[in-house]
Amino acid sequence: MALTLDDVKRVAHLARIAIDEDQARAALSQINDVFRLIAEMQAVDTRGVEPMSHAQDLVQRLRPDAVTEGDQHALFQSVAPHVEGALYLVPKVIE
Amino acid sequence: MHNATIQSLSADLAAGKLSSVELTQHFLNRIKALSSRFNCFITINEEASLKQAGAADRMRSAGKAQPLTGIPVALKDIFCAKGWLTTCGSKMLSNFVSPYDAHVVERLDAAGAVNIGKTNMDEFAMGSSNETSCYGPVRNPWDVQSVPGGSSGGSAAAVAARLAAGATGTDTGGSIRQPAALSGICGLKPTYGVVSRYGMIAFASSLDQGGPLARSAADLALLLNVMAGHDPRDSTSLERQREDYTRELGRPIKGMKIGLPKEFFAKGAAPSVVKAVEAAVAEYRRAGCETVEVSLPNMKLSVPVYYVLAPAEASSNLARYDGVRYGYRAPDYSDLTDLYKKTRAQGFGDEVKRRILIGTYVLSHGYYDAYYIQAQKVRRLIARDFAEAFKRCDVIMGPTSPTTAFRLGEKMDDPVQMYLNDIYTIPANLAGLPGMSIPCGFDDQGLPVGLQIIGDYFSEARMLGAAHQYQLATDWHQRMPPGIQ
Repeated sequence: MALTLDDVKRVAHLARIAIDEDQARAALSQINDVFRLIAEMQAVDTRGVEPMSHAQDLVQRLRPDAVTEGDQHALFQSVAPHVEGALYLVPKVIE
Repeated sequence: MHNATIQSLSADLAAGKLSSVELTQHFLNRIKALSSRFNCFITINEEASLKQAGAADRMRSAGKAQPLTGIPVALKDIFCAKGWLTTCGSKMLSNFVSPYDAHVVERLDAAGAVNIGKTNMDEFAMGSSNETSCYGPVRNPWDVQSVPGGSSGGSAAAVAARLAAGATGTDTGGSIRQPAALSGICGLKPTYGVVSRYGMIAFASSLDQGGPLARSAADLALLLNVMAGHDPRDSTSLERQREDYTRELGRPIKGMKIGLPKEFFAKGAAPSVVKAVEAAVAEYRRAGCETVEVSLPNMKLSVPVYYVLAPAEASSNLARYDGVRYGYRAPDYSDLTDLYKKTRAQGFGDEVKRRILIGTYVLSHGYYDAYYIQAQKVRRLIARDFAEAFKRCDVIMGPTSPTTAFRLGEKMDDPVQMYLNDIYTIPANLAGLPGMSIPCGFDDQGLPVGLQIIGDYFSEARMLGAAHQYQLATDWHQRMPPGIQ
């Protein structure tokens, strides 16, 4: 399955990564090399095989619905690029 | 002092032959003198390290010393350490001072170990040569024109150059084992779920596992004893009885069945690698082990499977880097979307971006079943191959890497060439099995070769025992890189 330049641009948008024409072209050829590698895997007959996401048959561990964390926003926001009044500042979204 | 194992340093500290402060200062001085030659550290904080060393000495005087108390351990810069710059080798986190400790860091701290510094690594753990770091490549102490392996290249080089007594690393597709092999040291990736991933910056969550690097199997066991253990903050952390990973070091290996996968010894590995690995296997036979040929028929699919699953999971894990709450933010942007796009375009390096794009594509509408689900199914086939093999043997052995250390820049133009380096290590990550690498010889250029040992789930103690017995009969693990005293 070979990707097109449009695929690269579409996926870059989905991933929120800015990419110009030249970068998209360079990425395209390398990504298609990787997809050639991946093609071998596509061809395998996996009918009746369950997908495996985990080696041990684990179930999501649950915990009581109780508050366990305290307010550490000052600590966590000490590393933020732009904070004001405990809010993270970003460009306005709504006109 | 710096050539002593953790085990012997621990004994010296216990006997009062030296203090943790003295030992830490010794390593810090060595780092100042030698580290730039290999570029293995990103951050050193003398004051913080010495403060921890002082606390370790006080812990000892209070009679509370443990095996790792006072031992300088380097941390791969993927482990969040409170108050320390934690960069993951990336511009995206080059200003990130972590507000919290990873579980592994908390445990090392509680054991009294000393954080001697944060080591260089491939950006976001994506790489097999430590050449993708925004802090420059790490150089192999055995040959500074060659790579140390990756992504835990800084940790491996630091241990090989005797700049730390041990180190932590992470292994998603081989990133502990392969640099251990290329740098002539020992490294172990535990069974998935044994070491908590809390505070270990996520790359591919179903594959990532933290583990130790050191110069002997016995040292790996001491480090693993501290690193392993249940952590409720990691939803994939297993709840199991505590284990002492040193308990089988002395177990005789006579009669142990070693499986040799024919796919590991087929065409593909360099002759000098095969020669050294076969010599190691011969040594095991001399010790009374039995070898049996096994097969992992789906092994060659592990690289394509991995390069679907890992980028897919990475695209999800790296979505958090958006310039809003921490890390790099682009200096100029027009609106919120532009903020995200520019931050991520500028903050991430090429390999990371490439993998995010691949991952986003394979998860996208219309492709998810053909790629991601298919990869998860083939993953099960690979895991089943191992289950079959382990019916006929106790451990599996083979080369860790198809080649010894290659030259810096040699594989950077062709990502697929780089990816194929991981062919022997990826299968254990996909199956969630424990794997380790120990030195077993050199090639004609004097570059180290690693022997890989893969065990069944939770058999780390046995694997460490098998490695230790080999290390009692051989001295590959004691060799020093030329020019390192």
